[in-house]
Amino acid sequence: MTAAAAQLDAMVPCPGVVRQVAKDTPDTFTLTVSRENEREQNAFKPGQFSMLWMFGVGEVPISISGDPANCDQLTYTVRSVGKTTEALVSHKPGMSIGIRGPFGTGWPMEAARGREVVIVAGGIGLAPLRPAIYEVLNHRDLYGRLVLLYGARSPRELLYRKELAAWARQPNTQVLVTVDYGGLGWHGNVGVVTTLFKSAKLQPANSIAMICGPEIMMRFVTRQLGECGVTTESTYLSMERNMQCAVGFCGHCQYGPHFICKDGPVFPYAKIRPLLDKHEL
Amino acid sequence: MPAARLGELFQALVARGFEIVGPTARDGAIVYDRISGVSDLPAGWTDEQEAGHYRLIRRNDQALFGYVVGPQSWKKYLHPAEVKLFAAERQSGAFRILNNETKPAPRAFIGVRACELAALKIQDRVLLADKYTDPIYAARREGVFIVAAQCTQSAATCFCASMGTGPQVKGGFDLRLTELLDGAHQFLIEAGSERGEQVLLEFETTPAGDSELRQAEAAVEKAARDQVRSIDQDGIKELLYQNFNSPRWDDVAARCLTCANCTMVCPTCFCTSVEDVTDVTGDHAERWRRWDSCFTLNFSHIHGGSIRVSSKARYRQWMTHKLAAWIDQFGSSGCTGCGRCITWCPAGIDITEEVRAMREGDTHGNA
Amino acid sequence: METLERIIQEHPFFAGLGDEFMDLVSGCASNVRFAKDAYIFREGQAANTFYLVREGNVSLEIYAPQRKPIVVATVGVGEVLGWSWLLPPYEWKFNAHATANTRAIALDGKCLREKCEKNHDLGYEFLKRFAQIVVNRLEATRFQLLDVYSAQK
Repeated sequence: MTAAAAQLDAMVPCPGVVRQVAKDTPDTFTLTVSRENEREQNAFKPGQFSMLWMFGVGEVPISISGDPANCDQLTYTVRSVGKTTEALVSHKPGMSIGIRGPFGTGWPMEAARGREVVIVAGGIGLAPLRPAIYEVLNHRDLYGRLVLLYGARSPRELLYRKELAAWARQPNTQVLVTVDYGGLGWHGNVGVVTTLFKSAKLQPANSIAMICGPEIMMRFVTRQLGECGVTTESTYLSMERNMQCAVGFCGHCQYGPHFICKDGPVFPYAKIRPLLDKHEL
Repeated sequence: MPAARLGELFQALVARGFEIVGPTARDGAIVYDRISGVSDLPAGWTDEQEAGHYRLIRRNDQALFGYVVGPQSWKKYLHPAEVKLFAAERQSGAFRILNNETKPAPRAFIGVRACELAALKIQDRVLLADKYTDPIYAARREGVFIVAAQCTQSAATCFCASMGTGPQVKGGFDLRLTELLDGAHQFLIEAGSERGEQVLLEFETTPAGDSELRQAEAAVEKAARDQVRSIDQDGIKELLYQNFNSPRWDDVAARCLTCANCTMVCPTCFCTSVEDVTDVTGDHAERWRRWDSCFTLNFSHIHGGSIRVSSKARYRQWMTHKLAAWIDQFGSSGCTGCGRCITWCPAGIDITEEVRAMREGDTHGNA
Repeated sequence: METLERIIQEHPFFAGLGDEFMDLVSGCASNVRFAKDAYIFREGQAANTFYLVREGNVSLEIYAPQRKPIVVATVGVGEVLGWSWLLPPYEWKFNAHATANTRAIALDGKCLREKCEKNHDLGYEFLKRFAQIVVNRLEATRFQLLDVYSAQK
């Protein structure tokens, strides 16, 4: 494949086959897609995303939520919020979708080596963080303690419940879960995700924090992390903006001087801290 | 060479297989289109430009390039307003991509101004030299034959001198023309590339004498001196970044219609959006790319709503990106000082005036 | 065996409280246990105790007619349960429902209120700490009200 053809590929989707569609919550589904002839193209870094194309409908950026060690397929957790995502989650096994990518910067897994990894996820924000969790658990000796703080709206909107329980049983791992609204039959924590910090046994001098969730939630969490002693330099966020080309040409995803598609979506908090307070940026 | 023989240049280019594109007068403006010869050039016309004002006025001579820039820029050809990205066909749940884009014929651009060369350089940086390459721009940009024209006059909206982008044409061209009107009507032609040199050999020219060279230099210098607008580039990035909450933005917002004219006429604006269409059967789909503008409400839309809802936020985004963020992103200003945004703004908003107001507000601590 | 005093001293709530105050406080303290599903206090009852949770979990609930009680927050290990004892009308606003076997140190609010009236320095120390708890809860509650995870905005 010539260089020009490879570049062209960045704009043109490759067909992939949907293998499985599993329902996680009333509006969220996990799709598994394979591209058998191109296993090496399935390699991705935790935190990266693909552009998924629905024939004749449109394209959406979706974070890859699967295990980076698995090169046979790509996994996406999708929340159905509009016309295109609705079309995406309506796919049945055997149908084709177009895939472009992976794009973007990933979570700082190299910088995290030897350190305590603190993962704070809100709602569907756990999806782009799951590959980072897999990465830590797949190479347990390379990382320190793993702390996962996860908040969702209500119990039935919690993602990956079986895995949450399995992760909690791993050695040197703490998993704390909370919901904003408890409802019947919920015996766990009720309250926003920041209320979990008091129970998290952090070693802030050696922590690296990775946060993903609604922007408001990330602002509250970064403040809380600061109060716990985790430095700005050790904190990373995943940002979101309108994304159309994913290659830095359409201009839509700009956040101040940064293109979220190529300078992000994962950013060191220190880099974007002054931007987070700006209204309508 | 004498102006009367300029047609020989056109012929030489056509003979080499180039499609000639250049300025022509149409619908009350000077636009870029395919031209068949010198007779299509707007001879004897000039443009009167001010904020929110553009008129074609008759000159008292037959100058072929006696105007500056109109509402269009060369991005019309290199970064087209509408282009198909790919087509796809579906059969029983599976699809395949049909990637059979044809490359357009090689083109020669006639009458490219200094500010436009600066704009080409800027778009080259954005679309060819960043993390990814845009193959559509690359295919169209490759091999373009550039016949530059040095401006011998400026419009009231020009400010290329203060941006360091003109009016002198410094590089990036194959041939450079300077129109001489004192005495005989002739052109000073200089080659800027090997290709240009070869074309120059194909028709008879006389070597330029000292007086002609001086005449050309003086004309270009006069064009620079005649400019009444300017942007002081000193610390402009910090100025705009620090003034995010300046009340001046509310002032502009009260005047801005978010009509997006400025982004359409701007030679460096590159934002696009994508659109998927199918035929009636639903088995044939196409993905098209078209120009978009950060002034539209939907530009910053994510699920739940747009980020930049107010016109204030959108104007601020455009101006801050053009003059400040662009420097962080691509190492230079995104503005070439062509003045189109000032001329074509129906509300007459003047980017140079906005910068000045922001600086003065800054000095008085009113920000 | 740990003395009550040691346990109180080590609880995060009392961090930084001087020794002379510790004596005053431990005089009002006792060890308590609640079985799973027990109600520690109920809405409307007189509020004369507060609890330092050492083990277990407590849900703060509001009773709603025709529905099971709604949990608005949970209080866990190392946290303080109850502040209505400190300020009039000294009445509980929520139910406190132990959702697991819970051990806590109970502090006699009436006894402490009297001591704080006599010793304003002690009173100030308590109010400082409670003000912090209330502020934290208020911020968290506001965040909770934003319903940040819902799809429609």
